Amino acid sequence: MSNAAVTAAASSHATDTGKSALARLSAAFIGRLVIIIPYLWLVFFFLIPFVIVFKISLSQTAIAIPPYTPVLGFGDGLSGFLAQLKQLSIDNYTWLTQDALYFNAYVTSVIVAAISTVLTLLVGYPIAYGMARAPATLRPTLLMLVILPFWTSFLIRVYAWIGILKPEGLLNQLLLSTGVISQPLIVLNTYTAIFIGIVYSYLPFMVLPLYSSLEKMDYSLIEAAKDLGCPPTSAFWKITFPLSVPGVIAGCLLVFIPAVGEFVIPDLLGGSQTLMIGKTLWNEFFANRDWPVSSAVAVILLLLLIVPMMLFQRAQARAQEQDK
Amino acid sequence: MNPTWSRFNITSIVLGFAFLYLPIVLLIVFSFNESKLVTVWGGFSTKWYVALFHNQGLMDATWVTARVAVISATVATVLGTLAALTLTRYTRFKGRMLFSGMVFAPLVMPEVITGLSLLLLFVAVGLDRGFLTVTLAHITLTMCFVAVVVQSRLVTFDRSLEEAAMDLGAPPVKTFFQITLPVIMPAIVSGWMLAFTLSLDDLVIASFTSGPGATTLPMKIYSQVRLGVTPEINAACTILIAVVAVGVIVASLANKRREVQRQRDEQAAQRG
Repeated sequence: MSNAAVTAAASSHATDTGKSALARLSAAFIGRLVIIIPYLWLVFFFLIPFVIVFKISLSQTAIAIPPYTPVLGFGDGLSGFLAQLKQLSIDNYTWLTQDALYFNAYVTSVIVAAISTVLTLLVGYPIAYGMARAPATLRPTLLMLVILPFWTSFLIRVYAWIGILKPEGLLNQLLLSTGVISQPLIVLNTYTAIFIGIVYSYLPFMVLPLYSSLEKMDYSLIEAAKDLGCPPTSAFWKITFPLSVPGVIAGCLLVFIPAVGEFVIPDLLGGSQTLMIGKTLWNEFFANRDWPVSSAVAVILLLLLIVPMMLFQRAQARAQEQDK
Repeated sequence: MNPTWSRFNITSIVLGFAFLYLPIVLLIVFSFNESKLVTVWGGFSTKWYVALFHNQGLMDATWVTARVAVISATVATVLGTLAALTLTRYTRFKGRMLFSGMVFAPLVMPEVITGLSLLLLFVAVGLDRGFLTVTLAHITLTMCFVAVVVQSRLVTFDRSLEEAAMDLGAPPVKTFFQITLPVIMPAIVSGWMLAFTLSLDDLVIASFTSGPGATTLPMKIYSQVRLGVTPEINAACTILIAVVAVGVIVASLANKRREVQRQRDEQAAQRG
């Protein structure tokens, strides 16, 4: 190779590294953007709104637009801002503790959500278990069939139950005509209807995590237990169930957390006699137009759910680690 | 080891699916009911569908909903994909815990809280409630669902493909568009569809963040449901179900075809 060729090759190599340094720099910049854009979006539209809710929960109701005071702002300079800050008070929270309605609504919501979660687990487990043991060729179809109702509107699925549970509805028609009952059952506008609604609407959320943990299970463990003389029921409780616990936890949290604050189901199926906090917040906001009190209701609800939510996030992070 | 499929397993699946599907089937059946009573069969008729198309309020709401859903799903897919990339590729940066918290929390956050907090934000910044505010609210909610869907695909993605491309001199951005994007495309498409249907469905957040002139279809249906169950609503619901079902089936068929094609390509490559 001649000297000139070597120099040319070396210089072209130099420009290459120059280019790649530039490319690396722009890649680093783009890498930053990848993080920054969704980050800022969520800070602005998810985090800051909670700060505002908290601030308004400390404000007073006013007949104005917007219907609360003080409206914090720097219009009057820093001293004006500080004067406005002094107007904030915890009156709304004291109000929530004085009126038994709110306390009852919180307690009822947690109890209703807990019972519904257990019921959903009882209904969902056999389905997930059956799916995990189905022939491998059938499993994608079964999975699709569980997910499909999730794509149809939540509102529609709840609405469908009104026609079934009404006193003159399809369930009562069926039971009356077959002679099982002689008086129509009153199901609509009771807590029973809420349970049915929650179990029905949230069933896919329970079945999917259960299925994914049951499907990964090694069935030779069950075979081994059987060979050693373990009866199937105790093999289930000693092997299958403990191995599916991550799925049980994820499924229960996915049902419980949104169910506590559920609005549509208690409103449409529970009627006016049932009390749940999501409905209370809605009425406080839309019927009473009391923004500060509904904000205080939201803050307490959030505090109530913060522990289960952190558990959920940890479960998600752990599942992600396992996938890797 | 092939597990045995017992009679108990089959029974629980059949009963489970009956529970999941029966209410929807009944709803669809009674949308073709001649009688005005929803629960008494009076013969086959499509008159409620005809009535539906003459209901101007309902048609306007459908148009608003469709536009909100398309715009918000598209923006949410871009943002959600970026969020998924951040979650899987950048394991160390300041505030990562906060970021993953902000992505996962909206998935389970009660809608009344999200709706109220977004409304108060829009009021605080002086944005008039309407089409724009509903769209922004839906983007925020649905981008998190997109992020989770895309992320689950990215986790199983074989990074050596990207490394090979970059070793061969492709700049990172080009590598992303030519290697990564085509591989995660099915997840992005299903993320978009999920975002679209979530936006189509949402009642609570839309009720908080929408204003006059931007009534969405679920809001319209809800206000009519409160007045009572009518075959006309059944008909509206049936159309909605049909649109979504066709979309999901078409997408999954397309997905399957792509998968078969990919396997064929791989086999051809192996035969060399």
